[in-house]
Amino acid sequence: MPRIFTYIAHKAGVADDSAAELAAAAQKIDATESPIAILTGWGSDLDAACNSLRALYAEIWKVANESLAYPNAELVRQALVAVLPPGSVLLVPHDHFGLDLSPGLSIKTNSCFVSDVVDIEGLQGTALKVVRQEFGGQLSTHVRCDISSGAVITIRPGAFKPQESAPVVGRVADKSSEIGSLSARRRYLETVVAEAGDVDIAKQTVLVSVGRGIQEQGNVAIAQELADAMGAAVSCSRPVVDAKWMPKSRQVGTSGKTVKPKVYLACGISGAFQHLAGIKGNPFIVAINKNPKAPIFQVADVGIVADILEFLPELTNKIREVRAGKTTAAHAS
Amino acid sequence: MQFWLGQWKHPRYPTAGILHILIFAGFILLASRAFAVLVLGVTDNFVFPTFSGRLGHTYGIVRDYAATVVFLCMVIAATRRLVFRPARYAVPAKFGKAHTADAIFLLALIAILMLADSLFEASKAAANLQQQQPVEFLAVLSLPWMLKSALSSTPIPVLQNVHLGSYFLHEITFFFLLCYRPFGIQFHVETSLFSIYFSKLDREALKPVRWGVPDERIDEVKSLGVKTFEDFTWKHMLDFYSCADCGRCSDQCPANAVGRPLSPRFLTIKARDYVFRHYPVLGSATNSKPLIGELYSEDEIWSCTTCGACEQECPLLVEYIDKIVDLRRGMMDDGNVPQSIQKPLKALESRGNPYGKLGKKRADWTKSEEFRKACNVKIADGNGVNTLFFVDSITSYDDRIQSIGRATAKILDHFGENFGILGPEEKDSGHEVRRFGEETLFMALREHNVEAIQSCAVRIIVTADPHAYNALKHDYKDVPPVEHISQLISREVKAGKIKFNPIKNEMDVYTYHDPCYLGRHNHIYDEPRNVLDAVPGLKRVEMSRCRERSFCCGGGGLMLFYEPKEDQRIGVRRVQMAAEAGANVIVTACPFCMVNIEDAIKVAGMEGKMTAIDLAELVDQQIARDN
Amino acid sequence: MEILVCVKRVPDTSENEIQLNSSGTGIETDDLVYSINEPDNYAVEEALQIVSKVGGKVTVVTIGGEDDEEVLRREMAMGAHHGVLISDQAFSGSDGRSLAAILKAFVQKAHYDLILCGVQADDGAAQVGGMLAAMLDYPFASLVNSIEVADVEKLKVSREIEGGNKEIHEIDLPCVLSIQTGINEPRYVGMRGIRQVASVPIPTLGPADLDIDPRTVGKGAAKVGRVDYFIPAFGKGAEMLQGKREDIVDRLVELVAAKGGLN
Repeated sequence: MPRIFTYIAHKAGVADDSAAELAAAAQKIDATESPIAILTGWGSDLDAACNSLRALYAEIWKVANESLAYPNAELVRQALVAVLPPGSVLLVPHDHFGLDLSPGLSIKTNSCFVSDVVDIEGLQGTALKVVRQEFGGQLSTHVRCDISSGAVITIRPGAFKPQESAPVVGRVADKSSEIGSLSARRRYLETVVAEAGDVDIAKQTVLVSVGRGIQEQGNVAIAQELADAMGAAVSCSRPVVDAKWMPKSRQVGTSGKTVKPKVYLACGISGAFQHLAGIKGNPFIVAINKNPKAPIFQVADVGIVADILEFLPELTNKIREVRAGKTTAAHAS
Repeated sequence: MQFWLGQWKHPRYPTAGILHILIFAGFILLASRAFAVLVLGVTDNFVFPTFSGRLGHTYGIVRDYAATVVFLCMVIAATRRLVFRPARYAVPAKFGKAHTADAIFLLALIAILMLADSLFEASKAAANLQQQQPVEFLAVLSLPWMLKSALSSTPIPVLQNVHLGSYFLHEITFFFLLCYRPFGIQFHVETSLFSIYFSKLDREALKPVRWGVPDERIDEVKSLGVKTFEDFTWKHMLDFYSCADCGRCSDQCPANAVGRPLSPRFLTIKARDYVFRHYPVLGSATNSKPLIGELYSEDEIWSCTTCGACEQECPLLVEYIDKIVDLRRGMMDDGNVPQSIQKPLKALESRGNPYGKLGKKRADWTKSEEFRKACNVKIADGNGVNTLFFVDSITSYDDRIQSIGRATAKILDHFGENFGILGPEEKDSGHEVRRFGEETLFMALREHNVEAIQSCAVRIIVTADPHAYNALKHDYKDVPPVEHISQLISREVKAGKIKFNPIKNEMDVYTYHDPCYLGRHNHIYDEPRNVLDAVPGLKRVEMSRCRERSFCCGGGGLMLFYEPKEDQRIGVRRVQMAAEAGANVIVTACPFCMVNIEDAIKVAGMEGKMTAIDLAELVDQQIARDN
Repeated sequence: MEILVCVKRVPDTSENEIQLNSSGTGIETDDLVYSINEPDNYAVEEALQIVSKVGGKVTVVTIGGEDDEEVLRREMAMGAHHGVLISDQAFSGSDGRSLAAILKAFVQKAHYDLILCGVQADDGAAQVGGMLAAMLDYPFASLVNSIEVADVEKLKVSREIEGGNKEIHEIDLPCVLSIQTGINEPRYVGMRGIRQVASVPIPTLGPADLDIDPRTVGKGAAKVGRVDYFIPAFGKGAEMLQGKREDIVDRLVELVAAKGGLN
């Protein structure tokens, strides 16, 4: 049976949420195997992160090197190639770092590669059957991969729910000496933080979010009016930013902001994973879309098939009425 | 002749118009006088061969009054420029400094000419009077007459100096003006005859990519459109020289009115200044640079809705639409197209409609159960259908506009027309594709549609879409004659073949908005009005800007996808005009006008106070059917 | 600078509902319109902008069949100087790794300073770029949204990471970059442009031209393969509100208010 490893990212000494998700995914590959967590980095932050996983993982490999202080995929790849036993299965989150690291890693470890996996059906001999999505989430596919010489698999964040399991007391193994010197022809310089817009959508409790269905820049005002009536803010999905109808600071998604509202109105948004990944905290999601088959209806709590350009103004009017009614009632009593 | 000699367009702006007509008339009349004065310097008492005797004296009187009137006009014109400052003369900061100084200078020169000439005559007459010589009769109360009285007691030697002095003043001013003429707006005096004579007669047919190159050989043309100044045709360059900087075009331009970067007047003036700078009379031409980016901004050129209001106003018949289309062709050729337009263009190429919807669903608007009971729309495929109803893309695919299609079909049905639609075989007419400069895609769409139309052997085409109408009539060749639904209904109304139920709500006040491509471009103004007036109880008012002065709704076709920078939506401005006219229902006869106006009603917050309805929808609603 | 852009022809999905075909092995292709994978188009535009500044040529390459040539022609109409089609029966059914191996063989026949591809295509695998780089031993950066040519030997690139932030790297040439949409504004390519390149020859290369052993690529060599397509059983999904518009609006306002949606 192949050894299963999970690559865990960490920040400021705290391991990423994906640690538990990847453990759950590993379980589905082989319930008998206990996955090993691998962390790369440097200094006390790395140590703290490794320690924080001892309740979740039986074995944790620490790979410390000064050049790995900032996770540069080119360097991390070299380190992992040195440390991973041949034929291992490595699980990595499907995010910007996973995209950077994994395909090349699969070549260097001579193992097969499957990305953005949303479900794992199981292992039969050396054939692993997984589920992926294509065409922006409109269709799913079963994919079979031959893991006889190992695999690198990226896992869609949020696709695997962390499992309850018997508590463990993990031990941290220091593998830093096994990696040798690292050098890469790509050097990290700095991170430029996105300009703060006028509104910080990450702090909003109620969001009216618009997607391609808003059709043109002029119509964003319709969403703004609804937001005003609700005391909310307007956010959007990537296509709206690409079309330059709203600034980047309003984008919800993997390459935008992560939001944690109580209520989220997805208006004219199809529900592509990259967008949904930006919504955390399990808010009450209302989806309004012309297309009854839009993937958003799978994740929303309430759905309405309608043209947002017609529906939103009606909703706005009703909310205004209701609020006006409330105020009068309040005064009356 | 009508436009040049008759000054036909001038009175559209009354004050300036009348002034100009007077000045123009004066100029014509005084032309021979100017020549005579010149020769008088050589031989005294020169008269033109036939001008002695009665004719000469009559001319003298006319001349006196002409000079007076022109002089007065100069004073009035100068006062207007300096004191009243009509808005259209203003030069927005981004276009440079004001042209007032130039204008006043020119007015002053002409005034001096008149004054000098009158003084010349007056001083001579005064001298003759004093010396009891025969006096050349001066018209009563004319300028020379008044000056003569003023000079009547001036000593002879002084008069002699005045006489000579005014002569030289006249000649110097005259020759200075002659040399100065090509360098400013006064050049229009010379070029106007040519610019008007050579102006395009058939305004509705767009200029081909290159005159003399037939469509089949368009691939041989190396570069499409206008990219540098030299790419303009000679007629367009003549236009640049002929512009009189009057600003009437920009005054009427809807894009200009809402603060878009476009101002037709400055399109021409900037080009004129460019040509002065780079092609001086003495010296060599400096290298040509691309126009877009240097002289014009991209948004300036994309902002135009091709409504034609500018061309309608221009007294010199300067052409604008062709220039804009040529500039767009150049940008298309270079791939310099806003992303918002690229998407519908790609969709038009792959699916025949700008929405990217499936071609095979183009006739789905006919398929609802309810509609089919009322009217069964056939597909025309050589099965003996007489009339083709050309639906075009927006009416086929837009949920709201499909109702115009259905209403039109029901109307045709009511009149017993044997009609059909092309259905999934129909592709977009390509009207805006062509006007946005994508000539090749337009030709592909046209080729496809012409083939489809010819194969169903119809005798006449009807459409409810003025853009499709304009395309089928002027851009397409070898297709049957085309009619707009309003013309058909109007004919039936006149023939007494249609009865309307009285309008339900007598309190509604209707106003008809003339769509640019039905009205201004194709002169169909009365038919829709006849139809409306035939509905009992329908109260109709006219907006102050109506008929050929109608104010564009904002544009159709690809224009719906373009995102302009503007202070206000064009449609909102129009809806306000309707409200100002006292109307609460706007009737229009174009699907794009409908989209823009309904949108504008929402944006302007006038829902509930203003509604819009299409002519076909209204007719369908009001027809008295015997069932 | 010699730039190679790897492109793919994909179905245009934004307006269409992708339908499963009757056997579940693929999608209905009758009504589909194909075009270039959007991120690849951004990559070609970026390449063209780079060579217009520093000189050089842009080559576009795709692995496929006759139908895929149209995408090469479109990019050539946009300005790419050369187009190459890599095509052979032996290549069909290749998994990502084989595709990268084929491209590697092609790259090694010439010299390219920079290799670009789109960040991902219709299957969302996002793999070929990274694999190609590893096979060639070139440095790699994914999700690139800005490229600056620092000098003949290196580039300064920016990667798109979460929160709209940008990670700035210096990367040595030759290298492979995967390009994210929004990096630039691609120029328009009209029918005329395509007609003008309609007769430009596009060489087709097969295993022999690339010194590839057919057994190492194609269906037989694939370690990863699609078994089928399916529509997942809908989970509970959303509670769909039905009925008259006013009733829907009323109900929605109730629900939203109850969840704390009215501030």
